[in-house]
Amino acid sequence: MLVLEKNAMTEEIEELVKKYGNSRSSLLPILQDIQRKHKNVSDFAQQEVARVLDIHPVEVYSVISFYSFLNTKPKGRNIVRLCQTITCDLSGKASVAKAIERELGIKFGETTKDNKITLEYVNCLGMCDQGPALLVNERVYAKVSPEKAIQILNEIK
Amino acid sequence: MENKKRKGAVIFSPYKKGEAIKKVVELKREDVLFELRESKLKGRGCAGFPTATKWTLVAAASSQEKYIVCNADEGEPGTFKDRVLLLEYPELVFDGMVIAGYTIGAKTGILYLRGEYEYMLKSLEDYLESMRKEKLLGKNIAGKEGFDFDIIIRLGSGAYVCGEETALIESLEGNRGEARNRPPYPVNTGFMGKPTTVNNVETFAAVSHIVVKGGTWYRKHGTDKSTGSKLFSVSGDCERPGVYELPWGIKVSELLEIVGAKDTKAVQVGGASGICIPKSQFDRILGYEDAATGGSIMIFNESRNMLHILKNFMEFFVEESCGQCTPCRIGNVKLLEGVEMLENGTYTFGYMNQLKELGKSMQIASKCGLGQSSPNAFISILENFKEEIFNGGGNHAK
Repeated sequence: MLVLEKNAMTEEIEELVKKYGNSRSSLLPILQDIQRKHKNVSDFAQQEVARVLDIHPVEVYSVISFYSFLNTKPKGRNIVRLCQTITCDLSGKASVAKAIERELGIKFGETTKDNKITLEYVNCLGMCDQGPALLVNERVYAKVSPEKAIQILNEIK
Repeated sequence: MENKKRKGAVIFSPYKKGEAIKKVVELKREDVLFELRESKLKGRGCAGFPTATKWTLVAAASSQEKYIVCNADEGEPGTFKDRVLLLEYPELVFDGMVIAGYTIGAKTGILYLRGEYEYMLKSLEDYLESMRKEKLLGKNIAGKEGFDFDIIIRLGSGAYVCGEETALIESLEGNRGEARNRPPYPVNTGFMGKPTTVNNVETFAAVSHIVVKGGTWYRKHGTDKSTGSKLFSVSGDCERPGVYELPWGIKVSELLEIVGAKDTKAVQVGGASGICIPKSQFDRILGYEDAATGGSIMIFNESRNMLHILKNFMEFFVEESCGQCTPCRIGNVKLLEGVEMLENGTYTFGYMNQLKELGKSMQIASKCGLGQSSPNAFISILENFKEEIFNGGGNHAK
């Protein structure tokens, strides 16, 4: 990480602390904002969050490792998550998954070479009456057919 | 996003924004608790603890600081009623939280919204802002001197276990969402160690109606042990999936008729952590006295492979177990291995019986509701669909 980038990250985290406060209970909202913007919480970001909240960096890492929507390793600019839970599974998840994998040339859990899309499975999105469901960043799509899934992917920038 | 022309006897009955708040500030706190007791309302998350008792305990606590938490971490597979309530009926949920604040003497309410529902955040924040403008939130609510209450929204980050109330509180406090030992219960030692009531989204919605229309009116619906109505999230093999408001005490077969389900082989009641009911038991009733559910009804028709369904459930639990206590962390893995043995045809009946016993131990020995209920599907599917599973062997599996 460049010094400039580090400084920018520190500044950003200090802004977040101003917004949410410096108590331990602000940890999750702070991490969520960092995650939303950078698609991961880097080692340096973890150390800085720990410093401003006055807790050990391991505490921060421990929390990140617990939640499936937070991660320490870099991911693509967009995260595409396909629901794998039973009703979406029964309504055609597998064919949607295959179509997406073919189109992007990657498997679930991987990121495209241009760093545009990371592909993941997710548990129940609460769209069981309209499955299969797809979550692109924070936007949800219902009744996704293989064809519709590719259309959605094409719209991603 | 979705139409707002739903019809129902209780939750979906007519209600105007702020109606219950304006009424409640004229009442004494004891009167609100009295109406709640009259209504016999029980927690709508699934556990079914009487709401009046929970609120009375928190109201009686002497702490200066108390908290109201609305549990919108709707992660149970097959449940989506909270999505409908929050998108289409936010007035019911938030008014219910304000009523709780008034009754219990709390100044802060927290809506814990699951990370998957982040797309709702903007509209909910806007809605809270409109409540503040109309004096339904903030200082001196509805003109009542000294009644201050506000609501903040906090997001989850994709952890099913955070639907368990103590895990949820841990998460709010900035920790890993690992369930606490109980007692002490959140009513005494909750968020930040202060008395806290954690209620389901649907419970708050019911409270708003109870305050306006009275506990006796509410009790007229449903059965003696399960009063009122329930929002059922119906999905799977049927013509009209969606959220239905139906009275408690309805038979499984009646529900199947309403949603247009044909050739039904099995109904999973209560989500992945619930029980699987075969055709021969479709006359069972939905309610706390028989088949209790947080609302999840998943319908499987004759073409479905029960072993495939069970495997999906077990994979879910292996992934979502927080790993804190051994029965749940190891137990779920062992049950999943058992399902794989059934798939490959490498099982023995002796070992399968041992696994059922293991499931029963997990129900007793796990620390929180996740591990206590995760073996339900394994045990009930193996019991109720013996013939399909054992006679089919590996040939059946995908």
